[in-house]
Amino acid sequence: MRLLTFSRRCAKEILRDPLNLCFGLGFPLVLLLLLSAIQANIPVSMFEIDTLTPGITVFGLSFITLFSATLAAKDRESALLQRLYTTPLTGFDFILGYMLPIIPIALGQAVICYLFAIPLGLTVRVNVIYAVIGIIPMVVFNIALGLLCGSLLGVKQVGGICGALLTNLSAWLSGVWFDLELVGGAFGKIANALPFVHAVEFEKALFSGNFEAAGAHILPIVIYSVIASAAAVLCFIGQMKKQ
Amino acid sequence: MYAIRTLGLTKRYKGITAVDGLDLEIARGELFSLLGVNGAGKTTTVKMLTGLSKPSAGEAFVGGYGIIGQADEVKRIIGVSPQETAVAPNLSVKENLELICGIYGFSKEKTQEKIGELSARFDLDGVLKRKAAKLSGGWQRRLSIAMALICEPEILFLDEPTLGLDVIARHALWDAIRSLKGRVTVILTTHYMEEAEALSDRIGIMKDGRLLAVGTADELKARAGVCDFESAFVAIVKEGTV
Repeated sequence: MRLLTFSRRCAKEILRDPLNLCFGLGFPLVLLLLLSAIQANIPVSMFEIDTLTPGITVFGLSFITLFSATLAAKDRESALLQRLYTTPLTGFDFILGYMLPIIPIALGQAVICYLFAIPLGLTVRVNVIYAVIGIIPMVVFNIALGLLCGSLLGVKQVGGICGALLTNLSAWLSGVWFDLELVGGAFGKIANALPFVHAVEFEKALFSGNFEAAGAHILPIVIYSVIASAAAVLCFIGQMKKQ
Repeated sequence: MYAIRTLGLTKRYKGITAVDGLDLEIARGELFSLLGVNGAGKTTTVKMLTGLSKPSAGEAFVGGYGIIGQADEVKRIIGVSPQETAVAPNLSVKENLELICGIYGFSKEKTQEKIGELSARFDLDGVLKRKAAKLSGGWQRRLSIAMALICEPEILFLDEPTLGLDVIARHALWDAIRSLKGRVTVILTTHYMEEAEALSDRIGIMKDGRLLAVGTADELKARAGVCDFESAFVAIVKEGTV
């Protein structure tokens, strides 16, 4: 009951912020549209819609990090959390209360990306369902990363770090915009050590029905999700105690 | 039985003693004000009593429960309106009240009943559907106090409830706080002399983390040998400095 009440409130706070909707939904769709237009004029295999859509869907999750980070940071700055810390809500209620409503929002974002890509030429196949479900571990990573940032940073810092730095880093290191093998070297190694490129490859493999290839990428995503979630819980509870 | 009893309650931050051996007893149903200049230790005291901060030494009992070992029990019987605005900005006034009811596990019927009661008491009927972010500072404070009261607390903590409000909003809020007298134990922190004098059954004057004097406004004036409360406050604080 307590947890669901807090979850509902978090969902309302996110969905009623027009900036969230504009960036979270609008930006990935605009990218799909633009890159499809480029692809129509100068064909590049990377930007073929069946390859591009899973990548853009994963990239869209960086805005989920921004949502969760902004929400947690705003709550801290507005002293709402201070009030809620004096109620029977537990640390577990808080963490799950933030996470649970954002998962369906992220899944909705993924569904909209795939639906939007259909008129642009996306092959309609049952695998899209697996691709949407398969994105959940990366959703958890992105939400946890957001909560971690929101627990440690202020609203302005969150805007800079999650809104600018993280979205750019996740884009460059994901292999959506350029082939990481062409860059190679330290950049390639760093990209492979992080979860973004694995999430994109996992999503592409699920969508194309290549489940064997998908299996090769799931482990780093799960490991990063677990680490980010644990760090978010520790930092959030640490902040609670610091009060 | 006391609503609140502190025994040598102390809070130290890196080299600074924010609250220094506080011994205080507050009776049930009393409206008690902690008065002091900025940095006196009022908010730190409230943070310890509400479980937001652990004491460095000493102990306190809130409603008979120890703040160190029985924090969960303490949370069930208190309501807190923090110094800063503590409302969910994108939720309506009604949804903010429903949020707190949900957290305390109230049924739908009880939630509606409590919202009706609190809206009437704090004049919130006309703004129930408005987003909290769109309210003025005074209305947000009213909502904040209504949120603290909706869980039917035995003890209500109001940390600087009228800070930054204009005189009209402040007096309106005073009326609302007065209406609680006798039914709920209220611990109010303020640095406004007239607020402490107008509302309180008793006043505790703090400075540099220490409780310098406790009594009714008249007792404090008599102790300082002056006729007005502001002069009494200044005299007691200066005396405490020596």
